[in-house]
Amino acid sequence: MQKNAYFRGLTIPFLLLAPQLAITVVFFYWPASQAVWQSFLLQDAFGISTDFVWFENYQRLFADPGYYKAFVNTAIFSTFVCVLSLSIALLFAVMADRQIRGAEVYKTLLIWPYAVAPAIAGVLWIFMFDPSLGMLARALQSAGVAWNPRLNGNDAMTLVVLAATWKQISYNFLFFLAGLQSIPKSVIEAAVIDGARPWRRFWTIVFPLLSPTTFFLLVVNIVYVFFDTFGIIDTVTGGGPSGQTETLVYKVYSDGKGGSNLGGSAAQSVVLLVMVIAMTAVQFRFIERKVNY
Amino acid sequence: MTVKSRILMSVAAFTLAGAAPAMAQTELQWWHAMTGANNDVVVKLAEEFNASQKDFKVVPAYKGSYADTLNAGIAAFRAGNAPHIMQVFEVGTATMMSAKGAIKPVQDLMKEAGETFDPKSYLPAITGYYSTTKGEMLSFPFNSSSTVMWYNKDAFKKAGLNADAAPKTWPEVFDAAKKLKSAGYDKCGFSNGWVTWVNIEQLGAWHNEPVGTKSNGFEGFDTEFVFNKGVFLKHLTNLVEAQKDKTYDYSGRTNTGEGRFTSGECPIFLTSSAFFGNVRANAKFEWANAPMPYYPDVQGAPQNSIIGGASLWVMGGKKADEYKGVAKFFSFLSDVDRQVKLHTESGYLPITKAAYEKVKASGFYKDKPFLETPLLELNNKEPTANSRGVRFGSLVQIRDIWAEEIEAALNGQKTPKAALDAATERGNAMLRQFERTAAR
Repeated sequence: MQKNAYFRGLTIPFLLLAPQLAITVVFFYWPASQAVWQSFLLQDAFGISTDFVWFENYQRLFADPGYYKAFVNTAIFSTFVCVLSLSIALLFAVMADRQIRGAEVYKTLLIWPYAVAPAIAGVLWIFMFDPSLGMLARALQSAGVAWNPRLNGNDAMTLVVLAATWKQISYNFLFFLAGLQSIPKSVIEAAVIDGARPWRRFWTIVFPLLSPTTFFLLVVNIVYVFFDTFGIIDTVTGGGPSGQTETLVYKVYSDGKGGSNLGGSAAQSVVLLVMVIAMTAVQFRFIERKVNY
Repeated sequence: MTVKSRILMSVAAFTLAGAAPAMAQTELQWWHAMTGANNDVVVKLAEEFNASQKDFKVVPAYKGSYADTLNAGIAAFRAGNAPHIMQVFEVGTATMMSAKGAIKPVQDLMKEAGETFDPKSYLPAITGYYSTTKGEMLSFPFNSSSTVMWYNKDAFKKAGLNADAAPKTWPEVFDAAKKLKSAGYDKCGFSNGWVTWVNIEQLGAWHNEPVGTKSNGFEGFDTEFVFNKGVFLKHLTNLVEAQKDKTYDYSGRTNTGEGRFTSGECPIFLTSSAFFGNVRANAKFEWANAPMPYYPDVQGAPQNSIIGGASLWVMGGKKADEYKGVAKFFSFLSDVDRQVKLHTESGYLPITKAAYEKVKASGFYKDKPFLETPLLELNNKEPTANSRGVRFGSLVQIRDIWAEEIEAALNGQKTPKAALDAATERGNAMLRQFERTAAR
């Protein structure tokens, strides 16, 4: 007699899935469907008068040049944050993976910033780089750099990129380190015997074997820059100067919370949601092919 | 139901509520946004009121920043449990008054509760901001301030300027800033906090020029912005010019740049008179304040300034008994001696004429003239349609749009004219959207 390795009927599988499904429904599908519904409404702040306006919120959104600017800002911001945080974290992980004295201390210190809330991370960076208060800003100024994120859009963007990158390096570092430690030593030793130098060993063995980790981190990092960074932007620049650091998610936040424009804000969330779903799908479809599991 | 029976019923309900035996205390929730020393003031006021009688208990609760408090109140109202009293910053006035079912006008509240209430006993420059065009008070002014020009007397002496007479006009301020710059203040001759409040809203009132039509929105939500010309354009053009050599240096949208004055970096700083507590605690130099500068070639300038700060809104849908308690609390706040104490200790402006007169008569301002400066500005002339205040919906968001455009002008992306055109146009789009949801 053969033992069944699967469940008979549907009851038990569904029961086992229920907690996870319930959480997804309550914390994702329910709010997301609310956002879709809200995006068709025009409401006053108190919700006393409500009009169903079809696609008007979307029309207004796509007629607003500021919204396209937020797209461009998001593209710049997310590219810089992803590339910098991934490459710096990889560098740190490779360095920390070697036999060095006090490796544990370095690792712990590198992981710490992840425990810092985004808004706090923003405040830390503004303390260092505020043109009047910041010590590093003063150093820059005395070195002859006209550092002024209050008015210079590039300076402001640099600052939010730095803060958002710094915050994410820990997370990436942790995963890269785990990935490196799971690469079999024998493979690398074999390469050493074959006479491969460290640089070559890294690119032909370590990096390809790390690719599942890298791919996972790429997806997570994109979700991070798209959704989790508004706290940093809010505390560092408030979207300024003249909207040059206003990203899509920050605009959702400032229009909805600051401006009580729930319909417009909901329409932006829906657009953002569709975009991130599309990007994740593209990543899985095309980039995942290059991943060696 | 006839009108008569309806009145009878409400009278009956009222007497029943009033005649009910004094059981437990009625709690009155007061949501506010005050931190530090100002939070202590709020707590102390509530304690004093609670000790002064035993029917009502005011319970203050800190709800975060002004915007957070407003949002918390809105969310609570949507969920059906709004507080009784909510502190709302002046920017939120139009949002609150447009929500007719959500609020209880203070004037009605006082009348219905039978409290003695004479709108004329309040300072019109302050209550006008929170009243209808007919003069009915909608919300109760709590912490009010106005824009003044703070200056560093030591820096003035260093630059060979007269430290006892601040520059009165804008041309004089720009001149002084140049001299200060060559005396070593080369990063920032002068600056300001609250960039749009100071350079658009106050500038318009002080020069009797409209920010928007319909008496700056007081006479209807179909108002339109018209500040892309006149004194607004002239002033922004001057600021952009001065930003180039840092005789003026931009300090951000809110008051986060105020530290540049107390640290000695910017010797002239236009911002709220409520900056007083901070200056007193942190400025390590001799300082003073003066009225806002004006352009002498604008006829009638200076007119009068407008207020900033916050007022207390009473939320709708509460029981008559609870409203009675709120009304008592407002009478308690209006008391002359209490107003005198609040004003002289915290630097808030007094809200009644009697309190102002009493402080004046006591000679308090001789030693501390800086506390009278905002009052002199507010009462400089009888307010006109352009200087009573501003009442625009979605003003929180609109101020951000204005600030964006001013920043674009200051960093050279746009000409001042193009920036102000965009500021009015984008602001008008917001107003039209607000009008659709509010005007019914």
